[in-house]
Amino acid sequence: MAVALQESQSPGQLWQARLRRFVRWITTPHVILSIIMIVVMFYLVIIPLYRMVVTTITVSEMDLRMIQGVEVGDLTLYHWIRMLTGKIGQLMTYEPLVHSVTVALGATFLALAIGGLMAWLVCRTDIPGRETIHMLAQVPYIMPSWTIAMAWLVLFKNQKSGGTMGLLEFITGAPTPDWLAYGAFPIIVSSGLHYYTFFFLFISAALLSIDSCLEEAGELAGAGRWRIMRKITFPLVIPAIASGFIMTFSKAMGTFGGPNVLGLPVRYYTLSTMLKSNTGIGNNGDAFVTGIVLILFAMVTVMLNQKIVGTRKSYETIGGRGFMSKKVKLRNFKPIIVAGVVVFQFIIAVLPLVLLIVSSFMLRDGNYSLENFTLAHWLGKGDIKINSGEPGILRNPKVWMGAWNSIRLSILTALFTALSGVILGYAIVKGRGTRLSKIVEQMSFIPYVIPGIAFGAVYIAMFTKPVGPIPALYGTFALLVVVSVAKHLPFSARSGVSAMLQVSKELEEAASLAGATPWRRFVRIIFPLTSTGFVSGFLLTFISTMRELSLIILLVTPTTAVLASMTMRYIENGNDQQANAVIILLIVLVMLGNFIISRFRGGSLKKGLGM
Amino acid sequence: METPIIVKNLTKKFGDVVAVNNVSITIEPHEFLTLLGPSGCGKTTLLRCIAGLEDPDDGEIYIGDKLIYSHVKGISVPPGQRELGMVFQNYALWPHMTVYKNMTFALEIQKLSKEEMDRRVKESLEEVKMSGYEDRYPREMSGGQQQRIALARMLAYRPRVFLMDEPLSNLDARLRMDMRTELKRLHHISDATTLYVTHDQLEAMTMSSKIAVMKLGVIQQLDTPDKVYHFPGNLFVADFIGNPKINLMPGWVSRQDLVDMGKFNIPVKTYNKRGDVVVGLRPEDIIVHDTPTDNTVEFTAYSVLPSGADTTIIAHMGDTELIIKEMGVSKIQMDQKIWLSFKQDAINLYDKETEDLIQS
Repeated sequence: MAVALQESQSPGQLWQARLRRFVRWITTPHVILSIIMIVVMFYLVIIPLYRMVVTTITVSEMDLRMIQGVEVGDLTLYHWIRMLTGKIGQLMTYEPLVHSVTVALGATFLALAIGGLMAWLVCRTDIPGRETIHMLAQVPYIMPSWTIAMAWLVLFKNQKSGGTMGLLEFITGAPTPDWLAYGAFPIIVSSGLHYYTFFFLFISAALLSIDSCLEEAGELAGAGRWRIMRKITFPLVIPAIASGFIMTFSKAMGTFGGPNVLGLPVRYYTLSTMLKSNTGIGNNGDAFVTGIVLILFAMVTVMLNQKIVGTRKSYETIGGRGFMSKKVKLRNFKPIIVAGVVVFQFIIAVLPLVLLIVSSFMLRDGNYSLENFTLAHWLGKGDIKINSGEPGILRNPKVWMGAWNSIRLSILTALFTALSGVILGYAIVKGRGTRLSKIVEQMSFIPYVIPGIAFGAVYIAMFTKPVGPIPALYGTFALLVVVSVAKHLPFSARSGVSAMLQVSKELEEAASLAGATPWRRFVRIIFPLTSTGFVSGFLLTFISTMRELSLIILLVTPTTAVLASMTMRYIENGNDQQANAVIILLIVLVMLGNFIISRFRGGSLKKGLGM
Repeated sequence: METPIIVKNLTKKFGDVVAVNNVSITIEPHEFLTLLGPSGCGKTTLLRCIAGLEDPDDGEIYIGDKLIYSHVKGISVPPGQRELGMVFQNYALWPHMTVYKNMTFALEIQKLSKEEMDRRVKESLEEVKMSGYEDRYPREMSGGQQQRIALARMLAYRPRVFLMDEPLSNLDARLRMDMRTELKRLHHISDATTLYVTHDQLEAMTMSSKIAVMKLGVIQQLDTPDKVYHFPGNLFVADFIGNPKINLMPGWVSRQDLVDMGKFNIPVKTYNKRGDVVVGLRPEDIIVHDTPTDNTVEFTAYSVLPSGADTTIIAHMGDTELIIKEMGVSKIQMDQKIWLSFKQDAINLYDKETEDLIQS
């Protein structure tokens, strides 16, 4: 029948029909939105990456001094050869690469061990105070990632940095050894302690979602606790461990704060600090080679990880009843374990803050006598003898501007991220199964595997000159917003999709049968039903932008500085106490924001992570 | 093997909710006993207590002559040592293990030889008609196939007792019918003591040798399917069993062996009961006539629902509604006047206050 119909049409009619079908397809809301998002992501992700690569193989004005007989704009392999061979390659690429991988792997495994153990304790044993443990476990996520690193300095630094001593040296009288004060060990520990939250949240969610009858069946088969854990429970949480691994490893690879605070005094460079120091002297060609190495390495790790976990064994953990009727009894060990958890959480969540606060009240660093305590770093009018005349942070207009920039940046980023979440979620879910939807989903995932600092570097390359309709953005506040929104794309896509999936298709179909236009369906049906998801997404983006450093450190200028970048500048100038005061201010702001937003429509951190 | 299950005064609470309330029940060797009841009646909890997956709050449980749980004596044998096999509602096949690994998990713990394990896997798979599936992962099979593997896994343990927790409720109607046949066959061959939990009365009726109807943690009636159907012990059982539902009508014993239904009387054996009663009458025990005869009552056909094998007729007279089941295709039209008579010996009489069956 269909064939007969087509044959009876003239070529003109055929084309007309094709055109009509095409117009109908392209005016479908999710197709329009998909195309818009593809264009936007192409601008925000693909072009910058391309420009970054081009920069490394193009002669710039700065390169003219180094390379003979070329003109600006010529192709050259100079940067690649320089950075990957010889002594410079060794110093500037291979050594930092080894350091980065060491630190990232170490931190990831430490975080996995702690997070896994805590998740097991909370979900599978009769440990008391489950809610409190759960809440405290989320505290590191709220604090900037280098908080523990800075507290570490207060406690363990020796006279190598700034010539003042840390608390430990003051108490023992003996100089703290370098390995404990700076370099790989403290960076691993401080970031591992920070990132364990991811593993804790992922693994406990996985443990709770395992249908308890799988473990009961093991019990009936006569397996003991240990065998059940090894043979049944553990294999079932492997997918959760894998996603925690990707997330943590890629974050730790790209992290800047910790290595900058704890690595630089002993010249322990990672790729991220190396990248910063090269862009610092304006050598973008060299810096971008480092950036590309960093990106490639993170991507390879993610792929390897996915390969190892494999597809045949990957499965959805089937929704269980979400509780275990029988918990492992800790019996006599209970007091010890509870004490251990309490002490541990205190060390991670409370002690760093206490140390930083105390330190911010000390006039001169390293002097622990009582008369040395002062409010100068908070409220001082700016004495030339203290901190080269910088006033106390609460009187310092630069700090206030930084705070305002932080807040503004976080709110704008959260708004745009929520918006792109709505659009991405709609485009991906409504187009499920089509190639277009897949392209949108995969493109939105790219920023996930690009380490933060490298992603920032990508944007130097991008917006130094106008690109298409976008003006040169380098040095503007808008660039910070753009980069933050772009880096959050994977997250917004994921939370958007999960929010959108909660609205069953029939609800929208019923509205469309009732004659509602796509826009009305969206405003009246979809948005009201998904808004809680977006509120918690907003909260999460707000927090993560507020304490983001690696991403924007390469892009801030004195006028666009945010609190996070100011802590680094103060540390570099040797004003540790003011740096500590600023980070406290930052944490207070984050908590305040957290509090205000979570009052509002019951958004929560956990929901925001899509669990 | 002579393996009875004896439960004495078992109680299990969840907080303030009493899920199983002082239940005593004996499951005889070789019996296929079904715990039947609406959701929340405690049937699954009772089964899980026997399996050892829940710790009861009081009572004793024996399997065979072995005491496996006693609150007073502080005994609770771990589930793995109770020598019972269980099929879960959603099968509980370990998704990361192949069929073979799923089936040998328990056998490895029993430290059986490789040959013995292979033999048992082969035999059990044959028994459920799933030979050749050893290397599949659970998610590579359909629901019905997973169900069979779950069954095979249980068979491979060679347990003394089979426990089944709504094993068929996740299957579609057709598969369920097939699996009922297979399960009954399996029990017939293995002769293992079987405790089966379901909320589906048809499953219970068709498969069991005995049914225990539960409500609110208490066993209402323990009897053969035939007895449970024809002589429901109380109004709850009467109402719960049967599809279409039993007709329950209020009446009044006006004199010996006659119940006054208001607009008509029903002659029925009343024993020594006087006063308010409820008359229970199954739909198939009402006979429809299209002309008035002796001892018939006039109704109107409110709705006629033929289903091929039989026809369900809803009849009205004033506020009284009766559901009638007639074999074959009925000639009755909607809104037609009909005259009903009742099979006297099929009528059950219940005390209105105690809700119990009135009998000699």
